[in-house]
Amino acid sequence: MRTSRVADRAFQVWGLVATVSGLFVLGWLLYTVFADGLQRLSWNFLVSFPSRKPEQAGILSAWVGTVWLMAVTLAAAFPLGVAAGTYLEEYGKKNRLAGLIEMNIANLAAVPSIIYGLLGLGLFVRVLHMGRSVLAGGLTLAILVLPVIVMATRESLRAIPPSIREASLALGATKWQTVRHQILPAAMPGILTGTILAMSRAIGETAPLITIGALTYIAFLPAHPVMAEFPFLSLKGLFDPFTALPIQVFNWVSRPQKAFSTNAAAGIIVLLAIVFFMNGVAILIRNHYRKKIRW
Amino acid sequence: MKRMTLCFALATIVLGAVAGFAGTLIKVDGSSTVFPITEAVAEEFQKAERGRVNVTVGISGTGGGFKKFCTGETDISDASRPIKPSEVTLCAKNAVDYIELPVAYDGIAVVVNKANTWVDQLTVEELKKMWAPEATGKVMKWSQIRASFPDKPLVLFGPGTDSGTFDYFTEAINGKSMASRTDFTPSEDDNVLVQGVASEVGGLGYFGVAYYEENQDKLKVVPIIPEGGAKGHEPTYDNIKNAVYQPLSRPLFIYVNKASVKKPEVKRFIEFYLKNGGELSKEVGYIALPDLAYDLAAKRFAKGITGSVFGGQGAQIGVKVEDLLAKEK
Repeated sequence: MRTSRVADRAFQVWGLVATVSGLFVLGWLLYTVFADGLQRLSWNFLVSFPSRKPEQAGILSAWVGTVWLMAVTLAAAFPLGVAAGTYLEEYGKKNRLAGLIEMNIANLAAVPSIIYGLLGLGLFVRVLHMGRSVLAGGLTLAILVLPVIVMATRESLRAIPPSIREASLALGATKWQTVRHQILPAAMPGILTGTILAMSRAIGETAPLITIGALTYIAFLPAHPVMAEFPFLSLKGLFDPFTALPIQVFNWVSRPQKAFSTNAAAGIIVLLAIVFFMNGVAILIRNHYRKKIRW
Repeated sequence: MKRMTLCFALATIVLGAVAGFAGTLIKVDGSSTVFPITEAVAEEFQKAERGRVNVTVGISGTGGGFKKFCTGETDISDASRPIKPSEVTLCAKNAVDYIELPVAYDGIAVVVNKANTWVDQLTVEELKKMWAPEATGKVMKWSQIRASFPDKPLVLFGPGTDSGTFDYFTEAINGKSMASRTDFTPSEDDNVLVQGVASEVGGLGYFGVAYYEENQDKLKVVPIIPEGGAKGHEPTYDNIKNAVYQPLSRPLFIYVNKASVKKPEVKRFIEFYLKNGGELSKEVGYIALPDLAYDLAAKRFAKGITGSVFGGQGAQIGVKVEDLLAKEK
């Protein structure tokens, strides 16, 4: 009795130490980044193009590129990943082949990102002739995060009690109606959590983007998606060359002049802000779905 | 309604694809060492052209840059070494003719810790003793380099094997490109090397001279005595410019696709580069070539002379680009 109580207490203390040490490292990182970069952060920094003069350099092309990339990645990876996960979990047969596919998806999630860069270079840039464009970059990142979204989808679907499916089918709903109106909405909070994690990984990737040929110095933006004339929406920007925030940060960190590392720190703050904003939106959507579930 | 939006989206994708990218674009890719110079030139050039021309610069590395350049993907390739035989073949296969133009010098600084009191200067032979492939696991103490040095551990730092600096240093010191001892701490980020040497009393490292200039308070630079020389030279601006700091200074290049020169904006960009490259390279931490070299390069460009003055054999040690260019006439 006594030993189990000691073990109980010890585990609690261990858990606390683990949490605090994690938070401490994070806090330290944030502190150094903010201490270095905050002074450099200004409106000018956000709306200027890169420059050889660190005090005039900005991250306009970098953050706009990152926003474009994330939009493409999400638009491609989310529907594909959720559909694939749903098929594997709800429709596909549970046989040897399914087991093999599942194992491979789990393995794919652990493949180094540079490999996906090479895949993107071969497939999107060369074979499909997309060039070194926003589209090729976004799709490469989409494949990179696809396994994570597929797995998150499967896990969330698995967590839904079979009784819900059976009840829906017993009331005469078709399989599609069951999936569309019962299963997917109920699984959505879990799927979105997985997607947040996936997108947060994608936004920080540098290696696959450099492999497919993202640029480092670029002083113009992809064509604006909103136009004044018909059809008001243009996807021309998808085919434009681009750079992204992590690439700009990487380049600045490796420069000899100290002022560039200050710029890099400010760039990291902006990258963090974008991640927070993205995750905030996902959490809002998640809460919206959570409220809808009434069983 | 939903179907309509879908059709709409598809239509815009098709429209966008047809429209493609309009406007004049000059594509540059290649060495990350040359990047700061090309970035500076591109910035000023775009200002001078008032936004009519866009220039993009990538950092795929010298080798990666040539891969794109020799398939005609880019107009200009940044290179921290002359073109290699395999790249010459690739360019020939795709019928890409190129004009080689030197744009600046870069010095490789050999540095030690501030607390290192024993090293006054080093000969090329002594550097070879440290860095030769045979030294792996054997040469571990300063006393093995010169008898008068203390019995302190020798801790080495250097750029990673993908770097052009590694390529050049191994060629210049060990006599064979890529031949190096393997038990040193490599990093692609020169700032990491700076930190490494600054925190090890017995540390020694090498990297681009700009990284030493920015960290003079943390590091001590070692004067290098060339083979057969008597006096050591520091990698100062003038020593590199006048080719006194040997064998560790090297020229940096841009390669221009001859077919791209037909585009007037590319021609204007190169002329702008050769006219302002010296001043701008100084500003970003490199060494301007002597004026004569820029003049000769401009002549070479105007005449459209293709090929490499290095005969397509890769790096050569201890050459003055102005001498090579002058020989051409």
